[in-house]
Amino acid sequence: MPSPNQTRRSYKSLPEQAICLLRSYSLPFVAIVICLPLIVVAAAFFVGLIGAEQRETLAHLWQFVIGEYIWHTFVLMIGVGFLVSIMGVSAAWLTTVCEFKGVSWLRWALLLPLAMPAYITAYTYSGMLSFEGPVQRMLRELTGWQFGDYFFPDIRSLTGAILVLSFVLFPYVYLITRAAFIEQSRAALEAARTLGLSPTKSFWRVALPMARPAIATGVTLALMETLADYGTVQYFGITTFTTGIFRTWYGMNDQIGALQLASILLSAVVVLMVIERISRRQSQYHSVGRSKHCVRPFQLTGLKAVLAFVACFIPVLLGFILPALQLLAWSYERLHVWLQPDFIALIRNSLILAISASVITVLVALWLCYGKRRIPTPLTRASINFASLGYAIPGVVIAVGVIVPFAWLDHKIIYIAEHFFNLNPGLLLSGTIFALLFAYLVRFLSVSIQTIDSGLSQISNAMDESGKILGLNAQQILARIHFPLLKTSLLTATILVFVDVLKELPATLILRPFNFNTLAVRAFELAGDERLAEAGPAALMIVLAGLIPVIFLSRAMQARHSRNNQAAVTPKAEEIYEPVKA
Amino acid sequence: MNLLKLDQVDVGFGKNTIVDDVSFTLAEGDIGCLLGPSGCGKTTLLRSIAGFEPVRRGSIEIRDRLVSSPAQLIPPEKRNVGMVFQDFALFPHLTVAENISFGIRNDSSSEQAQRVNQLLQHVALGGYGNRYPHQLSGGQQQRIALARALAPRPQILLLDEPFSSLDADLRESLATEVRALLKSEGITALLVTHDQQEAFAMADKAGVMYHGRMLQWDTPYELYHEPTYHLVANFIGHGVLLRGAITAEQKVLTPLGLLHGDEVPDNAAGEQVDVLVRPDDIIIDDSSERRATIVGKGFRGAHYLYTVELTDGTQVFCMSSSHHQYSLGSEIGLRLNIDHLVLFPAGFCET
Amino acid sequence: MKPILKIIFVVAVLAGAIMLLTPRNEVESVNVYSSRNEGLIKPLLDEFTAETGIKVNLLTGSGDGLLTRLENEGRNSEADLFLTVDAGALHRAKSAGLFQPVQSEMLNQSLPAQLRDSDNEWFGLSLRARTIFYSNERVDPSELSNYLALADEKWRGRICVRSSDNLYNQSLVASMIAHHGEAVTEEWARGLVANFARKPVGGDRDQLHAVASGQCDLAIANSYYYGGMTASTDQASIDTVNKVSLFWASQNDEGTHVNVSGIGLLRHAKNADAAIKLIEFLASESSQEWYAQANQEFPVRPGTELSPILQNWGAFKADPLPISQLGENNANAVRLMNRAGWR
Repeated sequence: MPSPNQTRRSYKSLPEQAICLLRSYSLPFVAIVICLPLIVVAAAFFVGLIGAEQRETLAHLWQFVIGEYIWHTFVLMIGVGFLVSIMGVSAAWLTTVCEFKGVSWLRWALLLPLAMPAYITAYTYSGMLSFEGPVQRMLRELTGWQFGDYFFPDIRSLTGAILVLSFVLFPYVYLITRAAFIEQSRAALEAARTLGLSPTKSFWRVALPMARPAIATGVTLALMETLADYGTVQYFGITTFTTGIFRTWYGMNDQIGALQLASILLSAVVVLMVIERISRRQSQYHSVGRSKHCVRPFQLTGLKAVLAFVACFIPVLLGFILPALQLLAWSYERLHVWLQPDFIALIRNSLILAISASVITVLVALWLCYGKRRIPTPLTRASINFASLGYAIPGVVIAVGVIVPFAWLDHKIIYIAEHFFNLNPGLLLSGTIFALLFAYLVRFLSVSIQTIDSGLSQISNAMDESGKILGLNAQQILARIHFPLLKTSLLTATILVFVDVLKELPATLILRPFNFNTLAVRAFELAGDERLAEAGPAALMIVLAGLIPVIFLSRAMQARHSRNNQAAVTPKAEEIYEPVKA
Repeated sequence: MNLLKLDQVDVGFGKNTIVDDVSFTLAEGDIGCLLGPSGCGKTTLLRSIAGFEPVRRGSIEIRDRLVSSPAQLIPPEKRNVGMVFQDFALFPHLTVAENISFGIRNDSSSEQAQRVNQLLQHVALGGYGNRYPHQLSGGQQQRIALARALAPRPQILLLDEPFSSLDADLRESLATEVRALLKSEGITALLVTHDQQEAFAMADKAGVMYHGRMLQWDTPYELYHEPTYHLVANFIGHGVLLRGAITAEQKVLTPLGLLHGDEVPDNAAGEQVDVLVRPDDIIIDDSSERRATIVGKGFRGAHYLYTVELTDGTQVFCMSSSHHQYSLGSEIGLRLNIDHLVLFPAGFCET
Repeated sequence: MKPILKIIFVVAVLAGAIMLLTPRNEVESVNVYSSRNEGLIKPLLDEFTAETGIKVNLLTGSGDGLLTRLENEGRNSEADLFLTVDAGALHRAKSAGLFQPVQSEMLNQSLPAQLRDSDNEWFGLSLRARTIFYSNERVDPSELSNYLALADEKWRGRICVRSSDNLYNQSLVASMIAHHGEAVTEEWARGLVANFARKPVGGDRDQLHAVASGQCDLAIANSYYYGGMTASTDQASIDTVNKVSLFWASQNDEGTHVNVSGIGLLRHAKNADAAIKLIEFLASESSQEWYAQANQEFPVRPGTELSPILQNWGAFKADPLPISQLGENNANAVRLMNRAGWR
């Protein structure tokens, strides 16, 4: 008779044991791989402190430029943070709580600036407001002034960058704050009124403080994007960490120095991330209550309605409509460009990158999310958290953190291949789009994870168990229960990554392989070469692609809104009262 | 004196009428209750008393002051009414003490502190002042919501299904506590609920609402024993309506036998009526001639609720102490024990 | 379990497909890393393909970016040729050992010695001058002399130059370090910065437009930008060219700073023969004429006819400084510009 211990050990066959082991450690492994760029960047900081030459570079940087980078970055963050809060919160409040003519259009129109990458907005405004541009030319024609007769502020300045970034990024604050206002216990606001506060006061003293965590989350997201921006600040001539990294890496041929700058930038990002996590947790406490009643929105009329409309319309106008019109104008003059083979090649390249990146990213996200579901240990959760850090890390940091280890790995692979197999596979990792796809994976994994996770959380374990009891095996459960329910999340995640990849600039600039220009790169090169108008078609394509998720988002918002507004169905009397027993 | 007076109030928007011609009064110091199923308009009525919904017709007066009419609407913040919401609606970003003192923030801080402590004692949560709402249980949050509403000494306290999100056992004890507190403070209150037990435990006066109309506004006892409408009779408590006919001797002939009472109208011989028969009106008496079969049985703890079928097929309810139980299908004897007759014109009708 | 394996399988296949599908060429081809913009070089490359049938694969990027990439790629680089817009990059590539010498009679005969590397590791393809441009209305050319004089107080708030990020400026400063030493150059740079009319923003063309619009009176820019504007039909360019004139700097001193755009054969080139053919093509008469006529650059091949616009500017004395020194001093130049506050 086999002893109990023996029986237990032979319960799992060897391959099964191996797979078990693989599963439990694969997640942390994947997380580490994804964090590799960050580790490299952080490590470089310390490596840089070791070599004398590197210390000297760092000292030089500190003495002359880092102060300026810090100052510019600081001013950018303060300015953008302030503006997006005001624009986002006021738009969220007005469109949630008030009714006025045009508000239903405005609700989704306020999302439109999301379709515009910041650098493209920067290019359009430069074109529009430059001395030779339409605005100033019209002004001079109307007034007969020449240069020197009038003062026209230059958009290509720190203030200009703050404005451009704010108009592009405020939708983050708008979306998140709006969700918070909608979910807020309406009863809390009514309670405030029974306790003596007028509607205006109840906004300031109750609604706004209750939404504070949500506002903080939105603002920190906007600030992270600000820190990551390269195209806008580079074009406007503003020296920040991102431009400094490019300049040090390339201009001074100093990789370590650039990595050190990257690590400083990273520390600022970490601070923002900590703030964001804390406010996310706080906002859980703040959404207490599920009141059935839909608060009747304030009806605004007359002057107030007009003011409200204008207040909400201006961000849309400046953040999307005007830049889009400029792009259309530029593209219209260049209709022939669209059919040229090299433009089509650009589109093809961009599509290849975007589709591959989105498919890979979504698959990895699926793997991680299922891993978390099957093995819900703290280690797994931590792994997923680390794998999700990429959204906060600027593309340029990820790129420099990718190229160093990949190049190293490539050389080792080639060494092995040549010595043992006598063939040279070429640069497998850093020479192909693999490096770029990996960078996209690191950066955009988190948005996929969030989308798929929320979709997966709708599929309770109880559903799995019901399936099992009803006789389905694991595969059938996946195919017949999970997949239909996950379809939307998968699609959403794919689209989000797709569009983000199309818009991405700095990492693409650094990591792209041969013959591989994308729409974003082309727009950047043309703008940098002072051929703004020629950048029109490429930029327009990016914006058109960017509209797709905006449309999805707005549809989702509409659906939720109409659900909220449906009156409760009144049951018939006969269904309530017991019929007469006669 | 009447603290609250509603006179022919209509509330609605567009083509929908949600509250239809409701009138009632609530005396000072009384606790009233609006009772009815979901969608009958009771919450809307409560909210219109608070000032959140305008009134299309009729008037609402608080302490003889007109607060709502088609012509004017005094906003909630000016009415000095207190409100406790179904989901408590505590401000999550403020501590318990700050929540409670929210309505009295214009008083001096020492007065505020005093009132806060007093209320915390009243709701048996003394010492919880520095906690945050999310650190409290549901029952505790409800009590804080009550304290917050009471702090500014409102003229009337409105409660919107205050216990529906709590556990069943908590509900009963809390209902008793809250009534005691309100009575000790002499606060006039109006409560909305769909739970009869709550209404009976808390209210001095209750009104049954149906499709926006107030069917009957009376003490719970009267509602139970002297309902004026079929629907009220059906809604309150258990019971059946037996079809009967008025005989020449001013008695009613029913499947349960001949019933007599002062309530039978004169000169109505031959008319068909419906008689309300409650489970406690029927006693199991094996010595009775009237036989019936037990076709249903429900254990209620202290007693069994039997569904019994009479010889002519009519089914009625009957209660009996659970010390002795009768099995399904057994034959028993019934005896009527009706104090007073509750009669309605025959046939179910909309009021 | 099985579905996860399926997913791994799919991912592996995708990854493999990506790696393998990245274009491997069957046709004879040449791979070029170029810091010249596509538009400025593609016509010539297409010509080359039309004539020889050899396909040209082009990767554009910033010169330093490509350099770093080449260094990282090492032996395994796909690139055959490195085409730059400035000499500094050529020099750095040579010092990094990236180039290999090319023995070509044709090239030796076509190009003057000072415009190609003494070891035949790189070859200049076109020449551009970085000189001073001034406003017709507000500046008398007699006030101008050499670069050093630009630091003079009389130009306070009147000069527009692009950012120090740009290679052309770095080369200019490098040449000044070579001529005058670091101390003098740093002082000059500080003075120049003090004379900026605005913080450096935009490219060379922007600076010229700024002079035309009156924001500043002087600009430093590359000659071919001005040439391109002169040839343009765009109204803004025409206006600017009418208001702004070219001045050959330092004619009485070291000569106007010039820079070459050049090309070199990379050490680990896999398609060396085809690559050399391309270099020779670019140095041939027709290509050089294209540079001169279409791009408004100065050709390196003597005897090539200049475009009328170039002829209009007149002959000038070019700085004979060995181009290699531009690259040697580049890193110092960047630091110097950092110290001087030239953003």
